Amino acid sequence: MNLWKRLMCYCRRRSPWLFHLNSGSCNGCDIEIVAALAPRYDAEQLGVRLEGSPRHADILCVTGPVTRNAVCAIKTVYGQVCGPKAVVAIGSCPATTNVFIDSRTLDGPLGKHIPVDVFVPGCPPRPDAIIEGVAKAAQILAERGDEVPEVITAAEVQA
Amino acid sequence: MSILTALARLLIFPGILFAVPAAWFFLWVERKSVAMMQGRIGPPFMQPFFDFIKLLGKSTPQRTGVAGALMRAWPLIAVSTAAGAVGLLPVLPSSGGFQGDLILLLALLEVPSICIIAAGFTSRSIFGEIGSAREAVLSVSYNVVFLLAIISVAASQHTFRLEALAQAPATSLRWIGILAVLICLPAKLHLNPFSLPNAEQEIYSGPMVEFAGPELAMWELSHGLEWVAATGLVATLIAPQMAFWGLSALAFVALSFGIVLLLSALAAATARLAIDTTVRFYWQCTIIFAVLAVSSALLMRLRS
Ligand code: SF4
Repeated sequence: MNLWKRLMCYCRRRSPWLFHLNSGSCNGCDIEIVAALAPRYDAEQLGVRLEGSPRHADILCVTGPVTRNAVCAIKTVYGQVCGPKAVVAIGSCPATTNVFIDSRTLDGPLGKHIPVDVFVPGCPPRPDAIIEGVAKAAQILAERGDEVPEVITAAEVQA
Repeated sequence: MSILTALARLLIFPGILFAVPAAWFFLWVERKSVAMMQGRIGPPFMQPFFDFIKLLGKSTPQRTGVAGALMRAWPLIAVSTAAGAVGLLPVLPSSGGFQGDLILLLALLEVPSICIIAAGFTSRSIFGEIGSAREAVLSVSYNVVFLLAIISVAASQHTFRLEALAQAPATSLRWIGILAVLICLPAKLHLNPFSLPNAEQEIYSGPMVEFAGPELAMWELSHGLEWVAATGLVATLIAPQMAFWGLSALAFVALSFGIVLLLSALAAATARLAIDTTVRFYWQCTIIFAVLAVSSALLMRLRS
C-alpha cells in the first residue's frame, strides 16, 4: 500500500499534463508557453504534455488578466479538470491584472475565482521560469495526494 | 500441454506479459522519435509508464446510468481485444492448443476502432461526435485496402491459418499485400498524416475528449497494444521462420521495432491532412491495389 502511494507520488511528479487556458491574455504569455515546449527548452523532458482536453490535464495554466467574459469559462474548465489538480498562473496578468488594472472589462485577478497554487511572474515570463513553475506545481500535486479538499471557495483564497 | 502452450502464448509471449511493456516501449519510441526529429531530447524512457500510473490515480467525473457504464466499458473492451490480437500472433511455433486464424485476428484488430467510434458518441460531446464521425469515415476508407491486402496475402498462400501463413515462403502477391498493409497502418494507429480523428488542436482530441483518469489510461494502453498488434502482424508476415524459437522471437521484436521507427518518422515528418484528402488517398490506393491484386492473382492461377 505504502509502496503504491510512493510510486503514485513519483509518477505524479514525473508526468504533469497541462491544459492552457487563455483568459484574455495579450498573447505574450501564450507564445512563451509554446516556446517552453519547443526544441530550445523542451519541457517534454520532464514529462510535460500539452493536452487538448481539460479532462486529461493535471495542471491548469492560466494566462491573462481574467476578463468578465472569461470568468464563467475559467470556473467551468477548472471544474472539468479531474483531481488531483493544480493551477499555475502564468505572467503578471493573472496575479495582479498588471497594466490592465482598473479596466472595467476585467474581473481579476485570478485568485478571486479559483485557487492558484503557483504564480510565475513576468510580462511575459521566460520559458525557463514557466517550466520551473510547472515543475513546482507537479511537486505540489505529488505531495498533496488525494486527501486535500478539492474546491476551495473564492472567499477563502482571498483571505 | 496444448492448453498450457495456449495460455503461455496469451499471458506471456507474445501475450500480456510481453505486450504491455512492449506497448509502453512503442509509445515511448513514437514520442522520442518525434522529439528527436524536431531536435529535442524528448521524454524519459519510463514516461508512458509514469503517465499510466498517474492516470490510474486520478479521479473520474461522476457519470450515472447506461452512458456512464458504457463509458467505463469501452476502454476495457478495447484493451482486452487488442491484447487478444497480440496473443494470437504466430510468433512461436505452437504445438497444438488454440490457433486462431487471420479472420479472428482482423476482427480483434478492428474492435478498438469501433470502440473509439462508440465512445465518442457515448460521451455526447460535440467534439467527440465529430471525432467519431471522422474515425468512422476513415475506417471505412482504409479498411477496404487493408482487407483486400490481407485477403490477397491469404489467397496467395491458399490459407487463412496464421501458423501456415507465417511459415509459407513469400510470393510477389504477398509483398504487395504487406505494402498495402503498411500504407494502412498510419490511419489504423491514428498517426500523422491521418491523425484527424483525434486532432488535439481542432477538436480537443476527438472521441477521447470526455475520458479522464483510469479510462484514459486504458485508452492509452489500448493504443499501445494496437501498435504491438499491428506492427506484429506485419512483422510475422515479413519475418522468416527460424528453426530455433528464440531467434524467431528476436526477429519478430526487431522487425516490429523497425516498423515502429518507420511509422514514427513518417508521423514526425508530415502534417495532418484534411478528411477529403485522406479519403481520396485511400480510395485511390484501393483502386490501384485492387487492380494489382486481382491481376497478379489471375496470373498466378493461369501459371499454375
Ligand atoms: S503578463 Fe504581460 S505578456 Fe502576459 S498576458 Fe499579461 S500583458 Fe501579456
